[in-house]
Formats: sequence, C-alpha cells, structure tokens
Amino acid sequence: MPAGTSRTGARLRLAALLTPPLLWLGLAYLGSLAVLLLSAFWTTDSFTSDVVHIWNTDNFRTLLTDPVYRTITLRTLGVAVAVTLIDALLALPMAFFMARVASGRWRRALFVAVLMPLWAGYLVKAYAWRVMLGEHGLVNAVLAPLGLTGPGYGLPAAVLVLAYLWLPYMILPVFAALERLPTPHLEASADLGAGAWRTLRLVVLPAVRPALLAGSVFTFSLSLGDYLTVQIVGGRTQLLGNVIASQVTLDLPLAAALSAVPVVLVVCYLAAVRRAGALDSL
Amino acid sequence: MAEDKTPGTRPAPPATAVRLTALTKDFGTVRAVDHAELAIQEGEFFSLLGPSGSGKSTLLRLIAGFERPTSGRVELAGRDVTALPPHRRDVHTVFQDYALFPHMTVEQNVGYALRVAGVRKDERRARAREALATVRLEDYGARRPAQLSGGQRQRVALARALVDRPGLLLLDEPLGALDLKLRQEMQTELKQIQRTTGITFLLVTHDQEEALTMSDRLAVLDGGRIAQTGPPQEIYDRPATAFVAGFVGVTNLVRGAAAQRLTGRPGTYSIRPERIRITPLDEWDRAGTGSPGERSVTGRITDIAHAGPHTRFRVRLDEGGDRLTVLRLNTSGSALPARADTPVRLAWDADDAYPVPS
Repeated sequence: MPAGTSRTGARLRLAALLTPPLLWLGLAYLGSLAVLLLSAFWTTDSFTSDVVHIWNTDNFRTLLTDPVYRTITLRTLGVAVAVTLIDALLALPMAFFMARVASGRWRRALFVAVLMPLWAGYLVKAYAWRVMLGEHGLVNAVLAPLGLTGPGYGLPAAVLVLAYLWLPYMILPVFAALERLPTPHLEASADLGAGAWRTLRLVVLPAVRPALLAGSVFTFSLSLGDYLTVQIVGGRTQLLGNVIASQVTLDLPLAAALSAVPVVLVVCYLAAVRRAGALDSL
Repeated sequence: MAEDKTPGTRPAPPATAVRLTALTKDFGTVRAVDHAELAIQEGEFFSLLGPSGSGKSTLLRLIAGFERPTSGRVELAGRDVTALPPHRRDVHTVFQDYALFPHMTVEQNVGYALRVAGVRKDERRARAREALATVRLEDYGARRPAQLSGGQRQRVALARALVDRPGLLLLDEPLGALDLKLRQEMQTELKQIQRTTGITFLLVTHDQEEALTMSDRLAVLDGGRIAQTGPPQEIYDRPATAFVAGFVGVTNLVRGAAAQRLTGRPGTYSIRPERIRITPLDEWDRAGTGSPGERSVTGRITDIAHAGPHTRFRVRLDEGGDRLTVLRLNTSGSALPARADTPVRLAWDADDAYPVPS
C-alpha cells in the first residue's frame, strides 16, 4: 500500500474516532453553556413571568449592585474555601498513612473505605447526614455525654457534609503523590538532621503540593456549584447553588446570570492553580 | 554536635569513630546482619565489601539509623546511639541514587543540613558554595538536580553530605551508576576529599577493586557475617576464609586431593594467579631445574586471553587434570611463545600457596 493512502486512512480513522466526542463536547456541553450565558442577557416580564428576548445587562447590574447577591457570593466562596481547607487537612495524614505506613491489607481496606462512598448515591449520603444531624440524631447522641450538641441544620452542617462528600477527591491525588515520593528522599532529610515536622514541611509538602492543588480544584469547584446539600442540611442558608435553583422557575435570565458567578470564580481559581504549576503534569 | 570541627585539630590518638558490638538484624526469618563486630578509627577510609545480599547495605543503614538492630550496639565517637533516630546522629549518607530533593536548587540541596540546623541564610549560602567548590561545581548552585548529569548529581550529593562536616560519612555504592571512566575519576577524587577533610569515610561496595584501591582498611562480608577485617594487602595476601580468597581478587583455590598433589599437604590453599610462573616445557628443560623451596607441575595450555597489560592462561595439569589460572604481566621482550596445547611447567614458591580455612 502506498504511503499516501495509508496516511489518508489513518486520518480518516482519527476523524471517525474523534468526531463523536468532539460533537458531544462542542454541542451538548459548551453549547448549553453558551445558551445559558446568552439567556443571562434576556429579561423576564414581571407580570407574566415569561422570558422576554430583549438584549440587556440588567441582570448583571442587579448582581453587582444588590448587596444580597454579594453576601451570598462571599458566603459561597467562604464555604468552598473552608471545605477545601478541611479536606486538605484531613486528606494529608490519611493519605500519608495509606501510602507510607499501612501494610498491604490495611491499605486495601482504607482504599475501599475511601472509595465506597463514591459509589453510593449523592442524595442517599446527604439524607443520611440529615438524619444524623437531626435533633435526635447520631451526632447529638454521641456528643451529649461530652456536654456538647451538634451543629444542627445550617451553614456549619453544610460545610461539614460538603467536606465529607468531596474528601475522596482530595485523598486520591494526594495518596498518589505520596506513594510516588521516593523513600530515600525522606531518609536523606532525616539523615541531614531534620525531624519529622521539618521533613514534612521541607520535603513532603513541596512534593505533594501539585496534588493538593489538583484535589482542591475538585473540592473548590464542586462546593461552589452544589445546591442539594445546602437544601438538605443547610436549614435556611442561602448559597449560590440553591439561589440559582430557586430562581430557575421564577426568573430564568437572572438564574443564568447568577450561574455565571461560580463559573467565573472557578475559571479564576483554575488560572491561579495553573500559575502555581499544579496542572503541568496534566 | 559539640565536638571540634576545625580541620587539623582532631585529637592526636586515633579515637574510635564507629564501634559495632554483636550487631544483629533480622528481617522476618532472614538474618541480614549476624553478630557484626567492627571498630573504625577516626579519619579512616573504611570499606564494607561483599556481594549483593551479604548484609553490607543493612549494616550501613543500621549505622545511619534507618534500621533498628534486632540486638547489639552501635557507638559513634564513643557514644551509644543505638536508640537514636537518624537525625540525632552525627552521620551523613551519600545515597546510591543520590536522593537529591527535586524541588530545590543545587545550592538549597547542599545547604539543607545547615538550614535544618538553623544556620543563617547568608552563612548557609556561603558554606554551600564552599562545599560545592570542593566538588568543583561552584557554578551550578542555581540549577535543579534534573538539569545535571549523573556524575554531577553524585558530586552534589557528596557536597550536601559534607557541608557541615559530619563525624562520619557513609557512602552507599556511590559510584555504581557511573560509567567506568567517571567512576575511576571519582574514586581518586573521593580519596582526595577524604584526605583533605579528615572525615571518616565508610564506603559500601561490591567492587573489590574499588575497595582495595581506596580503603585504608576494609571488612569483607559473607552472608551477614564479617569474614575478615584488615588492610587491603593483608586481605589479599592472607585471606581468612576461602570465600574471602575467592571474592577479593582472582585466585586458584585448591582443596582435597588436588591440594595434596600441588602442595604436598592436606587442606585448602589459595594460590594467586600472578604468583605462578609459566614457562614452556622446552625452555624450562634448557634452563635446568627450579630453585629450592619452589614447587612445580607440568600441564598444557587450554586457553589464552590477552587483557592488555597482562595475559591470562588456563592450564590443565597433566597429573590429576586440575585447572589453574595463571596471570603473566606483558613486560617488554617477555612475550611467551605459547599457543593453546603448548606443554608448560608452572612453578611457585611454596609460601605462595596460602592455607585458608575452608
């Protein structure tokens, strides 16, 4: 077979292979995002609640001027940052134990324990927490002997449950990074006089930093976009997610404008993470 | 680290840098180190020589503190450190794969021990540069380890371990990953750095030539035990066991009936190939008989290997059919007119058949 024909054949095969996913990405995924952004520039007839296709920027003006939306945005951002920090603090020792300390069977058991919640339905887990956080739930029952009460439903409960939900996304990349860390690096650090904390700070943390940042992309963006958890355990807390959800039926263009906020925040975060070099290995 | 670290002011009587007492390490049912007894003097270049699996690396790790012994004691500079973690021991290690920190520059790597010890930044930098100068890498401080060649990484690892002048430097097969030429250069350089700094070096190697050429003294390990300790010449000339005789250099080990035939005595003997003189039979007969105290046998050459400066012969003996290896230096005008199957006579001084316990 001449080389030209074979190259054409290879091109055809490549095109056949890539066209369906590219179509999906282009039309279904990016397309719907574009429609969403477009509809943010429409408006709603306050009398009939119909969407009026008149190009204007009123929705964005509302977002920027109404202090309610600023408060909600800041609160949501705070939740995402808190969830990310909590997950990082929990994931580091957990992943370290899994990757460097635990022997075969322990490691497998912990791996399953980390992964299993990912296989369970999201709603099941959120409602399980609702039951546990209830007045007569498990959390209060456990804390009662200590003279404490649980957080009940509200903002702390939302942070707690979100941190629980997204923890595996932080543990897994950190675990992978710690497992790749060569043992001689730890030994060399100890050999040169560093105790455990120094070694952690000077050798281990720099080595897992990209993994922590990659994990934080998940915990941060998933927290920004979440709306069910806060509905289920958040009490009357308003975050961007559930505000958007409640506006969808009332004022679709405003909801669309609102949903641009987490998108912008996530893009900013990704840019920051990229500058920090965490995406170099992707 | 209270001891004086200024060069040239070390105490006059050689103190003991390392003392191991009945040191034993088991991994499960495997005994990696078996009752090791060792005393290394301060300022010595000492080598642990043995094949892989002989326990030499485990011994090193026990001294560094990466492993805890099953029983026995490790003393450094007269102090019992058996229970101390690595960072509390005045010991640095040059690791086999160098273990440089990839996220730090060369200078930060070299200055690591000083940073951990709380040395001020400007002094740290000055001393790191000084250490880099001793390994001739003064211009490489700003680079990352990934931008260096294998030999350069090796030097950085050395500088990092020398920067705060530890009482003892451990080198774990440090030249194993380098090619022959570079390895020989580094051997010379290591030896020189050891002499100028006066720091006790403990080198682990499986390369007997490296151990012989570099060390003041060495210990040969065999299956977790120290088979023999001594200066290179002594180990080579008077091996304590058949294993040492065979592992350090090349030798002809003769035992049983062969020993009886060749030495006239029972037991096991080591005859070094270079101690045997090889002469074509006709030439020997022209020259008359050998000298007193000399033993000789006849045989035929089966193999000739020219190895540049010397030639290696394999000779099958007429009596008994044993094979001996003979090494002959190719000095000028001494070419041996010999081919395979040439009848020859082999001769050696009776003293050169060294008895080894088998």
